[in-house]
Formats: sequence, structure tokens, C-alpha cells
Amino acid sequence: MRKYIFNFKILNTLLLFACIHHVHGQSDSLARRKTNDSIRPRLNMDAIYNRPFLTSTKLPVAIGGYIEANTQYRSTDGVSDGLHFQMRRMTLFVSSTMSKKIKFLSELEFEEGTKEINLEYCAMDIEAHPLLNFRGGIIMNPIGAFNQNHDGPRWDFIDRPICATGIIPSTLSNVGMGIHGKYFSHLWIVGYEFYLTNGFDDKVINNTEGRTSLHAGKENPEKFAQSSNGMPLSTGKLAIRHRNIGEMGFSFMQGVYNTWQIEGLKVDHKRKATVFAVDYNTTMLNNKLTIMGEYDRAMVELPGNYTQQFGSLQWGAYTDVIYTVIQKKMFGWEKAKLNMGARFEWVDYNDGRFRETKTNIGDDIKAIVPTIAFRPSGTTVIRLNYRYEWSHDLLNNPEVKSQAIQFGFSSYF
Amino acid sequence: MKKLSFVLTLSTAMTLAFSACKKLVSASPSKDAVMSSAIEGLSLEQNKRFSDGSEEFSEIYDEGSGLGPIYVATSCASCHSGDNKGHPSTNLTRFGQIDTNGNQYLDRGAPQLQHFALPGYTGERIPQGAMSSNFMAPIVAGLGYIELVPEQDMIDMADPQDLNGDGISGRVHWNVIPNWVKPSANAIQQNGKYICRFGRKGGVYNLHQQIVGAFNNDMGITTSYMPIDPYNAESGIHPSLSSGADIDDKSLNSTVFYIQALQAPIQRDQNNVVVMEGKTIFKNIGCAKCHVESLRTGNSIISALHQKTFYPYTDLLLHDMGAALNDHYTEGFAMASEWRTTPLWGVGLSKDAQGGVMYLMHDGRAGSFEEAIQWHGGEAEQSKINFNQISKTDQNRLIAFLSSL
Repeated sequence: MRKYIFNFKILNTLLLFACIHHVHGQSDSLARRKTNDSIRPRLNMDAIYNRPFLTSTKLPVAIGGYIEANTQYRSTDGVSDGLHFQMRRMTLFVSSTMSKKIKFLSELEFEEGTKEINLEYCAMDIEAHPLLNFRGGIIMNPIGAFNQNHDGPRWDFIDRPICATGIIPSTLSNVGMGIHGKYFSHLWIVGYEFYLTNGFDDKVINNTEGRTSLHAGKENPEKFAQSSNGMPLSTGKLAIRHRNIGEMGFSFMQGVYNTWQIEGLKVDHKRKATVFAVDYNTTMLNNKLTIMGEYDRAMVELPGNYTQQFGSLQWGAYTDVIYTVIQKKMFGWEKAKLNMGARFEWVDYNDGRFRETKTNIGDDIKAIVPTIAFRPSGTTVIRLNYRYEWSHDLLNNPEVKSQAIQFGFSSYF
Repeated sequence: MKKLSFVLTLSTAMTLAFSACKKLVSASPSKDAVMSSAIEGLSLEQNKRFSDGSEEFSEIYDEGSGLGPIYVATSCASCHSGDNKGHPSTNLTRFGQIDTNGNQYLDRGAPQLQHFALPGYTGERIPQGAMSSNFMAPIVAGLGYIELVPEQDMIDMADPQDLNGDGISGRVHWNVIPNWVKPSANAIQQNGKYICRFGRKGGVYNLHQQIVGAFNNDMGITTSYMPIDPYNAESGIHPSLSSGADIDDKSLNSTVFYIQALQAPIQRDQNNVVVMEGKTIFKNIGCAKCHVESLRTGNSIISALHQKTFYPYTDLLLHDMGAALNDHYTEGFAMASEWRTTPLWGVGLSKDAQGGVMYLMHDGRAGSFEEAIQWHGGEAEQSKINFNQISKTDQNRLIAFLSSL
């Protein structure tokens, strides 16, 4: 029954979207596009509202979304499964301003066709003061920058950073509530967020990935209805931005992840997962050069004498360097851009040494990803990536080399 | 016009990119550098079964898919990385049997220790007073060939009374097999016992028995043949009979076929002069008396394995290896100081599966070939003495030969 209700909601959303799109086609006076340059959020925490929406004076909601698709030819140690076409995701946004200081936004995501359908975000904001806003619903945990600012069209790379999916399980959202606010002073913006939400479950260390994985621990289908252990996950972030220099964010997340009691009966010890993240972004040389990145560190408490393939410490980092080579009218598009750049990333899923041999535990990945990205407008990107990756297995055996050639596009609509 | 030129440019760029794919990816490692390939000559159907088995071998289990609750590893591949040897961190421990009179600690969870446990459960510990031995996971590549060595050939190689007086008295391991193990059509029987060949003590009859046992004892994965999870004396909770096996017979059989159809490790640099000289020294100092260079398979329905000569460097027999290798633990009817000759094929690739370091012997106690040789005693004592008496140059030639295997 729940499935039918959910599908009915999806259908409603799609019909509403079709209706607005039809209206938009008929008359610009009824519906208009509110377009933002998708790659220039103010703070990363603003990214969720800083999206292009189609609005209508006749309707109480604004609507938008984005699409992301690509081709991929990947090879590992010379063995390839050939060329694949991937429909990574299609996302629909619906937002509404109910009154001057009350607004609502939802984000419904279809990944790999309809393989995964997730309500990634669905929250209401009530503003008491710029420094004090209440937010509740399904919220995105403000850990790192990518999790808050993950829309495909914003990025010149087809793959998401490994640390932002393998360490921080982007997109990470949970039911909860909390506060956020911003303080403006001339060239400075300071923002904060703090939320209590439902958290992870036992699959963090009991999963088929064979490693400690917050990603596996977020998959609990019941998480939008109840916590796995009745203890909230705390997530907080402090971000500071100088308009001429750039932004830095410091975030943390901590909570007990395992089911340690059942109906009041203690069945296990409480074990915490803690994540710290530092993110940064800056633009220089007349906004031609953009550098952004993130460092994530996860510490997960394990049972005593647990199998060593599950690590208690994971970390990862990436840096994107993007330079705008050409910015002019191209092929009829005003202000089209041709960007070139590279991503450098490194993730260690299991930082430590084997108890028996005192040698390093492997399970790590390094990658360099050069990119050429053509942006006909601020909301659309066409990307060509080449990925060169080195990885070690758990035992730190000689590295495995993988390469991928990817061509794809992403666009808001 | 501009749009047309854009489309043309884009199409050209894409065509160039994809035509360049093969130049932008690294080459495959040569067949003699890896062990996870299928033997050549499999039929299309056999290739499909091999592929299914490969997937099963790499499957990582969790609580939901049947792992534990007590276990040693979460997948086959975690101990046999790249179908190669294990690593000290994945060693398993067995305990409780010191002689041929059986295991005295079966009611305490013997013979295998499952020291890891799912969250909320307690891992096993070795009962006080029980003797134990650590076993490193062996190379699984090529085991299909070893399974097919005719039993009569093993008997012919044995010399339990050392009638030829060379100091080597290898014997086959006659052992009792579980009632769910189906002996081969031409199986030789002696007082209800069969000739076994797998495992460090050579106490396991065939790959089917070995793999069913590994699923159960290493991972707590039940099958129709061993439908009960390992007993944990530490917690005192008796496991109940599963309502259904954690994996079905098809998955089990695919895994067995995968191991049977793995290519044998291939020697490298066979024509290198130093390697060839090392091989001669290997024979001259007596190593090849137990580490027999070549064996031949018998009949097999897998044509690629039928009547083939292969080069495992083992005689599949039990040998007394002396006091230094006596862990005071044994299995079946082997003595505690007896070990089945370990095949040496693939030993030169050990580092590739052991984190760039070498861990040799049954528990990884030796960090080099030289050290491994020094652990040899008993029937191998004379060969060790011979090795110590040859020149350093010849020793290096011998090591070069071992490294090529």
C-alpha cells in the first residue's frame, strides 16, 4: 500500500511538472525561469536553494531539476567490459515559499533509471532571524561541501569525488531538525548549521562491501520512520567566506551507529562513528581559475578483536583545479565557456597496520582525472574525462591500475 | 553552419577518444604473472560456470547473507587473494588433536577456531590446555590438476618403510571421509579409509569436501552438506539446524568448478641459464625427492584437464618434517610432525599476494626461501644440510629457480 501511495505522489509531481512545462511553452507571462549560474553558490550551505527554478505567478510552487548521463569505457589491469552508457540520475526539485519567512524544498532523485528512487531532501525552513532559522524534515547532513553541493551541472567531472561517496556517503540525508544561520559583514559571510537526525545502522561494519562503510550504514529503508538505536546523529558545520578570497568549511558528524538495545534490553555495546571534514573553494585570476577540495576523516569504533578488513580509521581528500580557457560567444551561445582542469584524489579506507605483521593495511585508491568541459551556459555542462586510478587491496599487494574514458553531460532544466 | 561545425567537431572528438581507448588503458599482466585465469580449452558452458564460480569466490558475506555468527573470513577471496596464498592476518587456527587418536576438543568447538564474530556475538578462544597450529591459506590455482592425480600414482610414489634407503619415507594419508563425500569411481579403500590429498595435513579427500568445509568453518556459511553453523563453546550456545542452506548447491558447485578449472601457476624464465642451473641444484641436493617436479592427471570429463602432465613440485604425500615443525597439532591419521608436501608452483609469486613481503611455510613463519629451507628437518634434514654446504653462488641459483616458480 505504501508503495502505491509513494508512486501516486511521484505521479502527482510529474503531472505538476508537465503542467507547468506546458504552461511555460504557451506563455512567458505565466511561467518564467529564474536562472542562477550553477557553479557560483554563495556558501556551500546555500547550494540547495541556489538552483534554477521555473516559477509561475499563477502557481504556488517553483520547479526544477537536473539530468546527468554519460558513456564510459573502463579497464582494470587491461581487462575491460567494453563501452557502457549510464543514466546516472534525474532529479526533480519542487520549492514553495508559503509566506515571507517560511519556505519548503524537496528533491526527488531517480538514480540509474528507476533502480533507486530517493527523496533526498524534503524540508521546511522557518526564519526567525538571519542568524536563526529552523529547518526540519529530510535534510542533507552538512558534512563536507560535496554533500551539500552535489548537483551534476555544477561539476566539470562525471564521477563524484571518491572521498565524498566512499568516506562521506553523499548524498547523505536523514530525517531530523535543527538550526542554521548566516552573518554578513562587508566582505565576510559566516554561516553555521546544526542538526539532530536519525543516523546509521549496524551495516557500517556488517556489510557486503567488506570494509567499514558509512555508505552501507545509510541504506536502512526504515531510517525515515525510525532510528536504528534511538540515539540522534549530530551534524554541525561552520563556514566562513571572504568574497575576494574564498570559502572554508569545518564540519563534524557523530553518533552511535549500532543497535545496542532491543525493547529496552541491552544487547551490545554502543559504538560511535565520528566524521570530520574540511572543505575549501576559491576563485582567482578574474574568476578564471577555480580551486576547490575537501578532506574527510572518519573514525568508527569496532568490537574488540574484529576482523581487520574493517578499519577504524578512514580518510580521503580531493582537489579540483579548473581553468577557463575560453569564455566568449561560441556556436551561438552567449558567454559559453571551455574549461580544462584536473582532479587529484586519494582515499584510504583502512588506515592502520596489521596486528600480525605490523605492515601497512592497504585498501586505498589514488586517481588523477583530467577534464575538458564545455559550458554553453551556466546551467549545462558537456564533459570529457580521462581517469587514471591506482588502487591497493587490503593486503597492500602491488597496485592495480584502472583507466576510464568518460563522455557525458549534465544540465538543469 | 556554426552548429553543424560544432556537431562535427564533437563527433570527431568522440570518435578519436573512443578509438584511442585501447591505447589509453594499461596492458593486461602476462598469464604467468597471475593465477586467476581459467585453464585453456574450456567449453563455452564451462566458461560460464567458471565465471559464476569466480563471482561466488569473490562474494563478500555479511549477517544477512549467512556469515557467522562466528567466522574467520568474510569471503573466499579475502584469504586467497588473486587465487594465490594467504597472509598472516588471514591465517586460521586449528586446535585439539595431538596424535592419531582423534580430536579431544570437539565439544569445545575444535578443530577450527572461529575467532571473529558478528557484532553482538563472542568469538572463540582456544580452550586452556589445547595445542594448536596456525595455517596459512594455500594457493588455489592448479588444484584441479592435483585432484585428478590417480591414487595409484600416489601409492607408487610412497615409500613408507624407506625401502630405497634414501631417508625419505613419504606415505599416503589414509583417512576417514564424511558420509556426504562421494568417492571417485576408482577410489582405493583400506579399512574404510580413503587416500586423501588436500590440506596442510593432507586429510581432505577432494575439492568438494575442502570447499564445503571452508564455507562452513571459515565463514559460517551453511550448505546442504554441512547445514549447521560452527559451534561456539565460548558462548555455550548450540547452533540450530538452518531452515535452509546459506548458499544453494548450484552456487557451491560453481565454486568447486571454479577452483577445478583455475589455470596452474606457470613458471617464468624457464630458459634463463641461472634458473636452469638452480633447477639442477634443486634436484642434486635432494629437494625434488619430495617436491616432485611433474605429475600427470587421470581421466576427466573436463577435456582441458584430461591426461595432462603438470608441474606442481609435490608428491602429495605425508613426510615427517622434524621437531622444529612439530606444532603438536594434527588431523586425521597424520602425526603432528608430518606435513603433506606443499606444492611449490607459484611460490615465486608469493610477494604479490602477501603485501610485497614473503611469508612461507604452513603458517608464514619464514620470511625468505633461505629461512624456509632452514625450517626443514626430519626427512628433509639431509637436503637442508646439502643446501648449507653448497656455495653461496649455487644457493643463489637455487633461489633464482624457486623465484621462477
